[in-house]
Amino acid sequence: MDAQTKAPLIEMKDISIAFGGVKAVDRASVNLFPGEVVGLLGHNGAGKSCLIKILSGAYKRDSGQIFVNGEEAQIANPRDAKRYGIETIYQTLALADNVDAASNLYLGRELMTPWGTLDDSAMEHEARRVMGRLNPNFRRFKVPVISLSGGQRQSVAIARAIHFNARILIMDEPTAALGPAETAQVGELVKQLKADGIGIFLISHDIHDVFDLADRIAVMKNGQVVGIGPVSAMTKDEVLGMIILGKCPPGATPGPGAVTSN
Amino acid sequence: MTSTAPVASGAAPEEPLLRRLMRATEVDTRMIGMVAAITLIWVGFHVYTYLQSGEGLFLTPRNLWNLTVQTSSVAVMATGMVLVIVMRHIDLSVGAIIALVSTIVGVAQVDFLPTYLGLDNPATWIISIALALAVGCTVGALQGALVAYVGIPAFIVTLGGQLFWRGAAWWVTTGATIAPLDSRFARMGGGPPSGSIGEWGSWALALFICAGIVASLYFGRRRRARYNFPLRPMWAEITVAVIGCFVTLGATAIVNAYPLPERVAERYAEAHNIPVPPGGLDIPTGYAIPVLIALAAGLVITFVARRTRFGRYVYAIGGNPEAALLAGINVRRITVMVFALMGTLAGISACIDSARLDSATNALGTLDELYVIAAAVIGGTSLSGGVGTIYGALIGALVIQSLQSGMVLLGFDSAFQQMVVGLVLVAAVGIDTSYRRGTAKG
Repeated sequence: MDAQTKAPLIEMKDISIAFGGVKAVDRASVNLFPGEVVGLLGHNGAGKSCLIKILSGAYKRDSGQIFVNGEEAQIANPRDAKRYGIETIYQTLALADNVDAASNLYLGRELMTPWGTLDDSAMEHEARRVMGRLNPNFRRFKVPVISLSGGQRQSVAIARAIHFNARILIMDEPTAALGPAETAQVGELVKQLKADGIGIFLISHDIHDVFDLADRIAVMKNGQVVGIGPVSAMTKDEVLGMIILGKCPPGATPGPGAVTSN
Repeated sequence: MTSTAPVASGAAPEEPLLRRLMRATEVDTRMIGMVAAITLIWVGFHVYTYLQSGEGLFLTPRNLWNLTVQTSSVAVMATGMVLVIVMRHIDLSVGAIIALVSTIVGVAQVDFLPTYLGLDNPATWIISIALALAVGCTVGALQGALVAYVGIPAFIVTLGGQLFWRGAAWWVTTGATIAPLDSRFARMGGGPPSGSIGEWGSWALALFICAGIVASLYFGRRRRARYNFPLRPMWAEITVAVIGCFVTLGATAIVNAYPLPERVAERYAEAHNIPVPPGGLDIPTGYAIPVLIALAAGLVITFVARRTRFGRYVYAIGGNPEAALLAGINVRRITVMVFALMGTLAGISACIDSARLDSATNALGTLDELYVIAAAVIGGTSLSGGVGTIYGALIGALVIQSLQSGMVLLGFDSAFQQMVVGLVLVAAVGIDTSYRRGTAKG
């Protein structure tokens, strides 16, 4: 692991969460270094999204610790996570469909005038600037985001995540709803953010996407981490073996979910 | 797969004049529809009464003045109901809150305050209103807390509330009618002459509103210009300003064309030492206070909905509750606040209703919740949440009251009146739903 000389940006240690009797995440440990993309793979229901929602403050973990830059972080809600510079692009995009792009961009951290009212002009101004960079063709600032195309909605969600000086970006299935051109655009964006030193968790069940963009891959199965290792040390078949059988290949460090027999 | 090419929203080159006018002035098409509907109802009733009795009875200053006064109580509550429904909740208890608040305020005015302050003390009406707002707000907040923190559906909480609070009102009054109320408090009911602001007061208010319209357009334009945003064409701005001022001045001319009833005018003249001319007195009534309260409520709640964080969150939660949570919005607190606001507005309506009757009973406000919800829904508020405007609800309230008043003028059976209002509600939502389906992807 070449990045080990630097301190990890995020270190999640033995994270567990259960819903009723189901252990959705079980003693999962994953870390992330600056300028690194860690791909999180696994079947639907393997616990990827759940683990990530703990980091982004949407769920409260039952046990385990999260360290940001080596210091233990108190993350109890989405606001806390954002304070640590952790931003998330959710699979569902998590946009309020009935309000416009600028309102979504600033949802929860609106710009205010000195009189304590919403400063919609300033927000629209900033939105035009940010969206102009991400999606230069975007003009529809006055309409509810429900009437935007899938790609445009994705741009709004991405703009919201990167506009507030994120240091850690979580992308949950960022390309699931996109066409090939837009998928390539997201790939470019990931490379650019990496170069800026931002750490990225990339969640996907598209193994090809992850091989293209990730530096390391972590695989989850039944709520447990099967193994983590650099992309360069693994083949796609080995990763598929981790996802399906829970078999950790020699190139990766095994986790609690690795099958130990034979 | 969604298409990757951005859909051009540009208009066809040969756009009809009306559509171009509406696009340039940024007027909501739904608002045009509602104004058209109300015009149709008004003209229809006027013509019908003319054919029936040889005299058009609907579009008279007297009828229009009464119509707006009768609308005001439901209109005040409808502004708050929009926010409740936008958040995907409902409040079935507002009619019962009216009964509770009005009986508490009535008992305070008749039994308690005179003991300490004496009869006709100028503080009585202020204490009464403060009490009404406090009780309404508390009841609303309590119900909101049950919805937000215990997780009981609003439908159930407020259905239970409907029974509970009306029962409580009965308990307060032991079934008796409480009367008469404080004379200053009774001004909120709009009864002439003290219930309205008179001829010159109305004109002064009209000029003030016109100035407000022009100023808000001017400052809005200047702000957009400063940020280099696209501006509306100048002619569109002027059209909006002219229409706004015309409506304001026209409404004022109408309320001033309604003279005080003869007896009231005579007493008023006596009290103010005005000599009675041979042809009888013609003292203009002017805007009624309850109507001004309703307009103020509309203005304030519109401001809250559009210009404050709270309003933005209400709409965002209604659009996507999960997204609101993930954005770090305290959904529970906003829920309590919305219900507290709704309760407070019901408290105001309780004052208007009881002041208008100059008495309080535990039957006051019966079925009001349904008219309030109907007003919001006819005004374009979607029961699936996220969508709704305050001015729409005000117009919706006016539509319902227009139908009822018109049918009373025509001498329709009350049974038939209820049936018509029910039909209109269903039809309005039906039309709105198919309209929405047509434009959902704009």
